[in-house]
Amino acid sequence: MVSETLAHGSEHSQPRGILRWLLTTNHKEIGTLYLLLSLLMFFVGGTMALIVRAELFQPGMTFVVPEFFNQMTTMHGLIMVFGAIMPAFVGLANWLIPVQIGAPDMALPRLNNFSFWLLPVAFTILLSTLFMEGGGPNFGWTFYAPLSTTYAPPSTSFFILGMHLAGISSILGAINIIATILNLRTPKMRLMDMPLFVWTWLITAFLLIAVMPVLAGVITMMLLDINFGTSFFNAAGGGDPVLFQHLFWFFGHPEVYIMILPAFGIISAIVPTFARKRLFGYASMVYATASIALLSFVVWAHHMFTVGLPLTAQLFFMYSTMLIAVPTGVKVFNWIATLFRGSISFELPMLFALAFIVQFTIGGLSGVMLAIAPADFQYHDTYFVVAHFHYVLVPGAVFAILAAAYYWLPKWTGVYPNVKLGLAHFWLSVIGVNLTFFPMHFSGLAGMPRRIPDYALQFADFNVLSSIGGFLFGMSQLLFVAVVILCARKKGEKAPAQAWEGAEGLEWQLPSPAPLHTFDTPPEFIPERDSPSRH
Amino acid sequence: MNSQQQQQTNQGVARTVRRTLVALLLMVGFTLALIPLYDVFCEVTGLNGKTADTAQVVGGQAVDTSRRIEVQFVTRTSPGLPWHLEAEKKTVWVHPGEVTLAHFTFSNTGSERNSGRAVPSISPSEGARHFRKMECFCFQKQWLDAGEQSEMPLVFQVDPGLPQSVNKLTLAYTLYPQGQVTGGTYEYK
Repeated sequence: MVSETLAHGSEHSQPRGILRWLLTTNHKEIGTLYLLLSLLMFFVGGTMALIVRAELFQPGMTFVVPEFFNQMTTMHGLIMVFGAIMPAFVGLANWLIPVQIGAPDMALPRLNNFSFWLLPVAFTILLSTLFMEGGGPNFGWTFYAPLSTTYAPPSTSFFILGMHLAGISSILGAINIIATILNLRTPKMRLMDMPLFVWTWLITAFLLIAVMPVLAGVITMMLLDINFGTSFFNAAGGGDPVLFQHLFWFFGHPEVYIMILPAFGIISAIVPTFARKRLFGYASMVYATASIALLSFVVWAHHMFTVGLPLTAQLFFMYSTMLIAVPTGVKVFNWIATLFRGSISFELPMLFALAFIVQFTIGGLSGVMLAIAPADFQYHDTYFVVAHFHYVLVPGAVFAILAAAYYWLPKWTGVYPNVKLGLAHFWLSVIGVNLTFFPMHFSGLAGMPRRIPDYALQFADFNVLSSIGGFLFGMSQLLFVAVVILCARKKGEKAPAQAWEGAEGLEWQLPSPAPLHTFDTPPEFIPERDSPSRH
Repeated sequence: MNSQQQQQTNQGVARTVRRTLVALLLMVGFTLALIPLYDVFCEVTGLNGKTADTAQVVGGQAVDTSRRIEVQFVTRTSPGLPWHLEAEKKTVWVHPGEVTLAHFTFSNTGSERNSGRAVPSISPSEGARHFRKMECFCFQKQWLDAGEQSEMPLVFQVDPGLPQSVNKLTLAYTLYPQGQVTGGTYEYK
């Protein structure tokens, strides 16, 4: 068999040092690269957030100049969205999808290598703009025209190039994931037998295929407007800046779900393990994920209630947005129903997963508040919006990624994460994150505008709390780095193949740490509905 | 896996990749189509407040003296054109169906001859399709010498079909330089 000989042949002639990582086509190594890059970007974006919080610690211009503040808020958003959260989920997909469906590797291993190595290039270009004349992007991560065209710094073309590369990487990664899931499942594993992480990633990959071309289109139009005298977004030449917002959010809203659907898959894997029960409502989880993905295409203008939409459009987008609370509610209900009367134990992954459920729900509820069009005129562009999306992204998506790391680190490295460090990391993170973002609800409701380096005196107390919380959360992430380093150096309790007692899935049949090449022959898979334990 | 199964898998992967690429190209096409679609949508519904850019004939409807509509004129310049535009009267009251004349003064405050165009926009946007212009300086570009002033007429009619909920229309004219569409004059230190 040709490809297997090749795979084994390459094991012997494997290059060493940096070339090994540059040329690797192994899904586990590429997964590790993705995860390490996203961890690095998490700290880069986090440092920018702390610069923002340091400036906002007290009213007045205290720490940085406003021009730099604008670059920090913008780059923090771009780096966290495209550099930290998305690559982290792609890294988890690389590591987990093949071992969860019993495949020897991703369907297109070389393309996989290319997808990854585009990213360091993209973010080097993006970060280099900070050192250019006129500074880096300063128009917010949503880069609304004409702020990002007519009034943009000269480095904007580099920003566009970086975004194009990151977008191509996402598209290629999505093609690879779809091809892997649809073709490389072990015999007898039907679609409705797949673990939910695989399901949520399949749907996420389709979202990426659908909306990344829209992002590519919109930044290309910006590039043409800036450099080639077109007027897509320039009213003077017959264009329309509002068109930019429609196109951006047609990409941007599905993008929000790209950053949360895989998290749903992770939580759906961890909660049953530590509740020692089957996941409640597997099929409804799949349908709920698909409904959220479909609805994400018809809600984009809820980001634009204040641009002057006609009343009928505001009502349509208000109701369609609220409709999303239904499938999301189904998911939260199913997790709680899984916990109900389970034999729950509170290992580290479970702590993060439970915190996710509570905190993500808080973010979801403030989302319902923002969906109310008339109320949104008050909340729009205030810290209430900042509180909302950080609650779904940090105590939501980031906690899910951390939960996944604690859950699968024994499989990746062969040792359990250090419990003392992990517990300290968990509790400091929970306290820090809520101290940072909960007061923002109040400053936002009181009218504090976002993206401004100064604020009125009455917001001072809330901002002191947020800044203290921000530094606490940021510093406590260093504990996570310590946990990862200890695991990577194999310092800690050795993990057996079945690292968690109640865990189900093909990956737990593999030894811990998982060898470089696994499932060269497809494993025996017994679908749950035929499983002897069910009768 | 034997080689036959391997071949089948490879064919399946190739098929999936082909289909995904087709979906990707369709989405690229959809994005490009959105731009003209957006313009058509706005033209049909008048949602972005843009009025017709050619002269319209006087509608034959009777003047509806039971309603009075306040028409406000707002003018503004954009960067890159040292012009000034002023309405003779900031506000006029009209009956729907009535043909009204308004005067505007263009002045070039710069030191050289150049061309510009006033682009109109109506708010609320529900009124955009009911504001008919018989004659307007906004249909073509203007040339002004340095320091020159020029008075231009606007002849308009508010269509009696204007929704009952609208009793005030704001007509905003923005002056744009012609021939230089990217207007970016923002300087970085």
